[in-house]
Amino acid sequence: MKAGDDALLTLAGFFALMSLFAIGGANSAVPEMHRYAVDVKHWLTDAQFADTFALAQVTPGPNVIIVTLIGYHVAGLIGALVATLSMCGPTCLFAFFVGRTFDRFRGAAWQVALSGGLVPVTLGLTAASAAVVATAADYSWRAAAISLLTALFAYWIRISPLWIFAAAALLGLGGLV
Amino acid sequence: MSFPRLTRPPSPPVETPPAETPPHETSPAAASLAPPRPGLAELFITFATISLSGFGGVLAWSRRMMVEERRWLTPEQFNEAYALCAFLPGPNIVNFSVIFGSRFRGPLGAVIALTGLLGPPMVIIVMIGALYAHYGDLPALRRALIGVAAAAAGLMMATVAKMAGPLFRGRAVERPVVAVVTFGAIGIMHWPLPLVLIVVLPISIALAWVRR
Repeated sequence: MKAGDDALLTLAGFFALMSLFAIGGANSAVPEMHRYAVDVKHWLTDAQFADTFALAQVTPGPNVIIVTLIGYHVAGLIGALVATLSMCGPTCLFAFFVGRTFDRFRGAAWQVALSGGLVPVTLGLTAASAAVVATAADYSWRAAAISLLTALFAYWIRISPLWIFAAAALLGLGGLV
Repeated sequence: MSFPRLTRPPSPPVETPPAETPPHETSPAAASLAPPRPGLAELFITFATISLSGFGGVLAWSRRMMVEERRWLTPEQFNEAYALCAFLPGPNIVNFSVIFGSRFRGPLGAVIALTGLLGPPMVIIVMIGALYAHYGDLPALRRALIGVAAAAAGLMMATVAKMAGPLFRGRAVERPVVAVVTFGAIGIMHWPLPLVLIVVLPISIALAWVRR
């Protein structure tokens, strides 16, 4: 199992590095993952990577889960676990300590200013990524209509968006979008 | 409301401004948070639910669960926690689960919340991956995905609108201005993110410092 161990180490090192690229969401690291997994390591073909990305998008849960699938592809179940832990472990530890510090100094002048300063910028960034997601998804007027209706429903009506998603998936499956 | 203490002192935060004020010794750091304190099982179930509902991004579902359903966080508290997580390296909601879990139930809470968030989708995607390797019919899946992606974009817009609520209703006029400028620079002008942040972030923090 020498080769397997090597693959696991490579996976662990690579995804630990990738976690640092994932500022503002796991998808920011996808181009780099593609370059390494497809072009450098030849773990997957271009088409396989595209399918992996699509599968990660349809699977409910955070988008990081693409990492699990790449790991699974390279080294089976152990690979899936190693890839996910490497991608999340270091940054989770960091988040843990920063979160603790923030809670401990809650109300301190620097904490209030830092928090207050981050919130509006984050909102602007989140709005910008919503715009990017919408332009990518709404390439037809029907898709745009689905987005708009979902936004209106989700904002004003307390219906679970899962129903909207189910309807949208059926419309897509029927080729109506 | 007791708080599990760390066995070793926490590492200093990334951006430590000069310590003008002595740190407040606030042991019940969560005192300002909404009362019913989630238990470990509740933490696991909540984050698993967020995760399993989270088609096309989990932000919308986290906010819905935390603010609208369980009412563990006020809209302002959610915005603050999310902003911190967005600026830490690593996936935002993964960071959020760790910070939220540890705030209420210490290190074990962080692990439980994280396991709830990542465990179920990991199991599902490995099963889907294995099925796909054997049968692999993605065209149908892709067609369904087109519909879901459009709905997910709409859900994200609604969530942004809800998060904007406290900002635009507050007295501080500079906060909505900063949000709109950031959106314009990135979303409309497509200026490079690091450049925009280097300019906007210090200004925003300075304004918040003055307003404090």
